[in-house]
Amino acid sequence: MSEAGPLVSLAGVERLYGEGGGAVRALAGVDLDIASGSFVAIMGPSGSGKSTAMNIIGCLDRPTRGTYRFAGVDVTGLDRDQRARLRRSYLGFVFQGYNLLARTTALENVELPLIYRGLPRGQRRQRAAEAIRLVGLEGREHHTPAQLSGGQQQRVAIARAIVTEPLLLLADEPTGNLDTARSHEIMDLLTGLNRERGLTVVMVTHEPDMAAYASRSIRFVDGHVAGDETRRAT
Amino acid sequence: MLWETVKLAMLSIRRNVLRSVLTLLGIVIGVAAVIAMVTIGSGTSQKVQDDLSKLGSNMLIVRPGQNTFGPPTVSEARSFKERDVAILRSQLSGVRAMAPSASKTTTVVFGALNDQATVTGSDTGFFTVQDWTFAAGRPFGEAEVRAGAAVCVIGETIRSTLFGGIDPIGQRLRTGGFDCQVVGLLEAKGQSAFGTDQDNTVIMPLRTFQRRLAGSTRIANIYISVANREDVPRVQADTERILRELRRVAPGAEDNFTVRDMTQIASTLAATSTVMTALLGAVAAVSLLVGGIGIMNIMLVSVTERTREIGIRLAIGALGRQVLTQFLVEAIVLALFGGVIGIAVGLGLAGMAAFGMAIPFAADPRIVALAFVFSGLIGVIFGFFPARRAARLDPIEALRHE
Repeated sequence: MSEAGPLVSLAGVERLYGEGGGAVRALAGVDLDIASGSFVAIMGPSGSGKSTAMNIIGCLDRPTRGTYRFAGVDVTGLDRDQRARLRRSYLGFVFQGYNLLARTTALENVELPLIYRGLPRGQRRQRAAEAIRLVGLEGREHHTPAQLSGGQQQRVAIARAIVTEPLLLLADEPTGNLDTARSHEIMDLLTGLNRERGLTVVMVTHEPDMAAYASRSIRFVDGHVAGDETRRAT
Repeated sequence: MLWETVKLAMLSIRRNVLRSVLTLLGIVIGVAAVIAMVTIGSGTSQKVQDDLSKLGSNMLIVRPGQNTFGPPTVSEARSFKERDVAILRSQLSGVRAMAPSASKTTTVVFGALNDQATVTGSDTGFFTVQDWTFAAGRPFGEAEVRAGAAVCVIGETIRSTLFGGIDPIGQRLRTGGFDCQVVGLLEAKGQSAFGTDQDNTVIMPLRTFQRRLAGSTRIANIYISVANREDVPRVQADTERILRELRRVAPGAEDNFTVRDMTQIASTLAATSTVMTALLGAVAAVSLLVGGIGIMNIMLVSVTERTREIGIRLAIGALGRQVLTQFLVEAIVLALFGGVIGIAVGLGLAGMAAFGMAIPFAADPRIVALAFVFSGLIGVIFGFFPARRAARLDPIEALRHE
């Protein structure tokens, strides 16, 4: 892991769906560097390729062409299990629909990535409880998603994403299902994690209000990076 | 690591009770059917085997006429005489015991109680050929047989219905028109293979029976107990040859008597019940297979229904093989759990059937163990395909699944 280089580095990344003449180009040659510790908002109309880019950055998907270096390491050619190992060690995910396991307590949801990492139970419990405290849900460890509000569920999802102490947090429309007040709370939480813990955050959103929290805003159009502005230094 | 995955699977089963119960229902029914069928079947076989041994070993029954199935009665056809018995006795070899007999159903009375019973007249060899043992008292002796003494031996049913708590030995039992002194009580045998109560019987010397009850010297049956099993066919053939001469059956004409090998009949019955058991077991095994397919079906539905959950697990870093293990373990645990319930239900059904049909409860631990192992195997076989499907899901597609 080189400290000096960017955390995420896409070079000439293309992603094609389908084959031959009917193939759809979701990404048409993207060059993008994201520095460690930054808070990046990715915007753009639907079909612009922002979700595809997000999936590739999150190692859920692989580029058809081009290279992806994560923390200086070429991860383009990694297989399924290697990418899963990468995700559980260095990446955290927050989704629009929270994606918590139903009928499973907040604590157990947050513990899940640590189970897959093979951590012993005591350590898991401790780290999960700490992550829940960090997102301000102390006392609700044993509530199931059905007993929590949308904002609280998203906090649990954020706790689950950061419990592994990842290098990069990927948030896909994290406020898409929340009202304005709740949305701002979640954005404050993400900003706090970014500022205080130096967590790199990449967030897809279509709401300019939410994108305003980010230090850098990237705009996708037709599979290209069409705009890239840094608002203030971090 | 594996243990954690197993715990995840258990958790998932507990969180979805209804789904889990529906999944294992097929296995429960299948295993219960197999266990019940096989247990009831082997109980029936055992019952037939027991009856076979009570019937007396290596026994031939000689009867007049051709229609000879059923309980012994005085036949319409020309019966045997003492002379026939005497000649058979002197000419047959390899015979352990021989007993001529005649029977009649009549009212037996003791005190204020009476009952219908089969009264048989025979000689001392009767107890040997029919493998009777004595619960109390003694058989009648040679002298009593020769003299036609008014003595008798009674079966357990007679004792319980007529004597109740009284010791029957030495009591006088009224049979037909005369009194006989009870000298012996037979050990209970229960029902015969033909469903008649073998203990509802009074046995007395043949001459006593002929003079006092039947009023004729006819002999209805001759029981021959052969010493060695392998001699039975020869003794049977010899008996037929001797009787044809004695009864002057013309060459080529049909016998006017029958020599039946009872052991063979009982063996045939036992074999039939074994075949039935196998057949029912096979039918039940098919239902177990259907149960397995049921598990696969529900697991497949479950994979589809839980696509999103699988997507989440994969996204946060579960390896394909961890997801595979979880689903496989879920299937195996469900199948084993269903197997255990099925075994309990099957044994319960077999127990009730054993009670209702008066057959022994023949639970075979090997069959139980086999059913358990087999249900686990069903979990592996029918759980693998859905589990592999779950493990191979694309996390992006799975997360997008509604």
